[in-house]
Amino acid sequence: MNTIVNFMFAAIKAGTPLLFGTTGEIVTQKSGNMNLGVEGLMYMGAFGGFFIAYKTDNLFLAMISAALFGMLGALIYSFLVITLKANQNVTGLALTTFGTGFASFFGEMLIEGGSPKLSQKMTELLSEKPIPVLGEIPFIGKILFSHNILVYLAIVIALIVWAYMRFTRPGMKLKAVGENPAAADAMGINVDITKYVHTLIGGAICGMGGAYISLINGNGIWNNGCVNGQGWISVALVIFASWSSAKAIFGSLIFGAFTVFQVRANDFASEFAFLSFLSKIPNAIYVMLPFVITAGVLIVSSMRSGGSDQPASCGTNYYREER
Amino acid sequence: MNNKNKKISIHIAKRPPLPAKTVTLLYIFAIFLALCFGGIFILCLGVNPFKFFAKVFTGSLQSKLARVALMRIIMPLFITSIGVSVAFKMKFWNTGAEGQFIMGAVFACWAAFTFENLPQPIMLLLMAVSAIIGGGLFGMVTAFFKCKFGTNETLLTLMFNYIALYIVQLLRDGIWRDPAAGGFPKIAQLPENAWVYQLGGIDMTWVICIILYIIANIYFSKTKQGYEISVVGDSQNTARYAGMDVNKIVMRTMFISSAICALAGMFQVAGDGTSHTLTTGIASGIGFTAITVAWLGKLNPTGIMAVSVLFGILEKGCGVAKSTFNLSPAVADILQGIILFVILGFDFVITYKIVFDKKNANAEEKKGENA
Amino acid sequence: MTIDNTNTNYAIELKGICKSFGTVKANDNIDLTVRFGEILALLGENGSGKTTLMNMLSGIYHPDGGSIYVDGNEVSIQSPEDAKRLGIGMVHQHFKLVDVMTAADNITLGGKGGLFVKKDRFKEIKELSEKYSFELDPEKLVMNMSVSEKQTVEILKLMYNGARILILDEPTAVLTPQETEKLFDILRNMKKEGCAIIIITHKLNEVMSISDRVTILHKGKSVQTVNTAETNPNELTELMVGHPMQLSIRRVECEKGENILHVHNLTLENSDGAEVIKKLSFDLYEGEILGVAGVAGSGQKELCEAIAGLYPIKKGAVLYRDMNIEGKTPREIIDLGISMSFIPEDRLGMGLAASLDIVDNMMLKTYRDKKGIFVDRVTAEELANKVVEELEVKTPDVHTPVRQLSGGNVQKVLLGREIAADPSVIITAYAVRGLDINSSYTIYDALNEQKERGVGVLFIGEDLDVMLELCDRIMVLCHGQCSGIVEAKETTKEYLGLLMTASVTEGENDEQ
Repeated sequence: MNTIVNFMFAAIKAGTPLLFGTTGEIVTQKSGNMNLGVEGLMYMGAFGGFFIAYKTDNLFLAMISAALFGMLGALIYSFLVITLKANQNVTGLALTTFGTGFASFFGEMLIEGGSPKLSQKMTELLSEKPIPVLGEIPFIGKILFSHNILVYLAIVIALIVWAYMRFTRPGMKLKAVGENPAAADAMGINVDITKYVHTLIGGAICGMGGAYISLINGNGIWNNGCVNGQGWISVALVIFASWSSAKAIFGSLIFGAFTVFQVRANDFASEFAFLSFLSKIPNAIYVMLPFVITAGVLIVSSMRSGGSDQPASCGTNYYREER
Repeated sequence: MNNKNKKISIHIAKRPPLPAKTVTLLYIFAIFLALCFGGIFILCLGVNPFKFFAKVFTGSLQSKLARVALMRIIMPLFITSIGVSVAFKMKFWNTGAEGQFIMGAVFACWAAFTFENLPQPIMLLLMAVSAIIGGGLFGMVTAFFKCKFGTNETLLTLMFNYIALYIVQLLRDGIWRDPAAGGFPKIAQLPENAWVYQLGGIDMTWVICIILYIIANIYFSKTKQGYEISVVGDSQNTARYAGMDVNKIVMRTMFISSAICALAGMFQVAGDGTSHTLTTGIASGIGFTAITVAWLGKLNPTGIMAVSVLFGILEKGCGVAKSTFNLSPAVADILQGIILFVILGFDFVITYKIVFDKKNANAEEKKGENA
Repeated sequence: MTIDNTNTNYAIELKGICKSFGTVKANDNIDLTVRFGEILALLGENGSGKTTLMNMLSGIYHPDGGSIYVDGNEVSIQSPEDAKRLGIGMVHQHFKLVDVMTAADNITLGGKGGLFVKKDRFKEIKELSEKYSFELDPEKLVMNMSVSEKQTVEILKLMYNGARILILDEPTAVLTPQETEKLFDILRNMKKEGCAIIIITHKLNEVMSISDRVTILHKGKSVQTVNTAETNPNELTELMVGHPMQLSIRRVECEKGENILHVHNLTLENSDGAEVIKKLSFDLYEGEILGVAGVAGSGQKELCEAIAGLYPIKKGAVLYRDMNIEGKTPREIIDLGISMSFIPEDRLGMGLAASLDIVDNMMLKTYRDKKGIFVDRVTAEELANKVVEELEVKTPDVHTPVRQLSGGNVQKVLLGREIAADPSVIITAYAVRGLDINSSYTIYDALNEQKERGVGVLFIGEDLDVMLELCDRIMVLCHGQCSGIVEAKETTKEYLGLLMTASVTEGENDEQ
């Protein structure tokens, strides 16, 4: 039983950066921008968050900084794609190149200035503590209510985004812009500003996801290649969650489970005899699985009749005078 | 007359197509502008940008060793970019070049390990064929789903990159693990008869580049298949109307596209640059860079050649310059990103123009005329 | 011209408006006025610049020169938002609605409101629609609506936003005569309430029945403005066309030949599984032009594409002479030696490859004919030069991408290529849409010439007057069903209108 509880706990922990990235990309894509640069945004946020956490010992400032760095990346993307109408796919890839380079460049400088390790105070702040009362519930308490504070932040953001899309007028306007920018424009909605605002917000959320990776997953030590494809998985997870940040919570849990399964497989194998085969499966298979499953989800979701839930204008730029 | 609303406004309008010469000049200016932005960044790091770029340029060409290293960067990038551009011409967004490159290397290794005693020319040919077929099919699978169900190819090919990457890891830790490496997980070096010939001091891959350059030019502009790609890329409905079998063309084109990327992978693994050894870092982002190279080169073989050389010089030169100026090697990535951003943004200038609205001035003129 | 002194300010006054797209001058120094409580008809042929002009009022385009006055004040309209603020609203010909949202959301989203979506919005819109006696389900998704319902949503959107100046771009093109009458009643009511209304149209009878004044555009210029009461359709036609013109189209009389195309019990389903063509049967003979009339979206597009092998056939048969071509791809049809030319409605999206030049487009269907792996551009270039010369295509040279040509020239390139293939059946969908009158007559003449050669022509049209004069027989489609096939010489426009709405079926006609 303990194995399962530990596994579930670890899955949530590993799924959280994906949840940040996915929520951010959902907001972005809802505005009609297919930003493939999530990986780059997360790298920028990872550096921004770690750097401030390292320098100031202030978690709040660190998260703000991560969001701002993510926004900076999203701003470059937005300016190119919304104002200058550049190709979205290529701009996203360029952003990934840039963001990855950005993080390793400045990360390198950080490393040269002495080994960057977060202070005791920071690690304490980021440690996993059970929430009083709730954390004491058997099993559930450990799985759901004993996490680090950023896990709850991710879930709260995902729920806010979900409610925003569903119940608010700006959220509905965002939907209109992503579905049919010409119609939204004719309604009197400012398409460009809507796209800018949401792409920037999306970038900020992705940036926070990056900070989660550098602050939590790195055990307090900076690592140049920390994001390591999680941005791409987030892009995939958007499809898995069919553009709903509420579904993304469960999606990220499932994806998180796969990423931790490789380390936990031996535990399962030793605890349950009938699972002993798990330890014989090579590690590479477990790492590969999330990508295989995402590919499968992509294919299966495209097989469904009625098409996908992707915002109709996603991937194309809007130019009002286009005839 | 009420002039309360008097304000000068700016809006954008499409401009009539510019002559090709002007466009070329504008792009050269864009590259210059990009280097200026990059220079500002370098300046911010406290390094003289002129000295830096001079070092980048001379550093990449200064010695025979540097030139060989430069060619090693350019050659796989060029071949992969051509591969990507084949699919892009059809508006099939193949972001899976990285994975196809890797699979090319994997299938080439498979051939080399399986038939280890063949004479060198036959061996190389077999490796190439194996890479083309294996890598081509690996890419074509994505085209199949695109045709059959309309699966988003951008994302699907993206996922395949990682699948390919972990296949190498799987082989490294499993059946291809080199027993001679003593516990260290690595794949054995290819047998010597599977090494690419040397020609002019470097891998003969450059001959392939030239041949590919010529074939690509002819293929795009003179052949029926090239014509079909243009029509399908323009409008699938038009292609169907013309009696073309769109699915067949999409699958065939994607096969060719990924086969070329795979061929690049084969030459990479059989070449000098990797010490003839397959590792998980075999592609190390070439497939992604190729996408941007193909796009910046306007999907035109000559343009792709030029951009490949530019990126090669930048990467190699930054490698040299970083040690001179004590910077991180990641500076090449940042500069590449900046150049990409500037040139991507510069497309705007070619398609659109900014109009400063002098409406009120016009109104005044009109009044004058009426009076 | 009488001047209404009670209202000093014009609702809209345009002075010297200019707008160019590339090298094409869409609007050249246009003046226009409209008062509150007045309906102005903006009349002109397709491509005369009506929509462009109105798009500058609605904030879609920005004028290159000239001034706009709203209620006496000079304004600069930068965006649809600005237009809305000035009380200007436009119903575009291609509706600007978000398909996946409800009617109420489409209507209310652009308006003022708090942070949260109002719960009572459905009730509010229900009341609004009842006030103007519209029938509308506010909770219905736009994607499930008929065209006239969508139009209702667009109009209600303007009312909700408090528009005082309404622009309607060809609102009747998608409506049946009965629906048109209803719309006109509504417009007259709005006029009584003091709205200024501009209605874009090229249908003369509608101009006469609804408008107070008419401004006529011709080739991007405003030719004249006249009071409707003081004019007549003939005068308007003259002004619209630019020079006096005989309205009649030459109908070539020729011997009806053998049955060349036989469509039997054809049923087509769209991707949602809805039947778009239901059990349709008809014959096409050599040397005749068979017109197909119907409200837009009655299955015309699908019918054409099905015959051409581009749309899956659910049930039924299509026989070319004796060969069943049902289920064959365009390629297989060509390989059978059947020379059928299809000139689709979507010229740049289906008939031509927009980014390729004229030469490349010439070989679209014939590029396979040459043996080997290379294409034959020499022959294609010869053909391109011939088409450009014979049909007087205006282009810098044959290496210009067809996207850069104007609508009429695009159609000439397409038609030229198809006729050059020496077909025995021609299917044309909206062959003259977007063309000026002179180009249209070039097309009619070319079709008549083909008919004389013994070609069977299936002519999908929208202008009933033209069809009555050009076609030998007219088949009327209504909701995918044939509501009648009539001899063009023996029928009237009114009767066709009734068939289009299936108010009668042909059976009743026989009894009359």
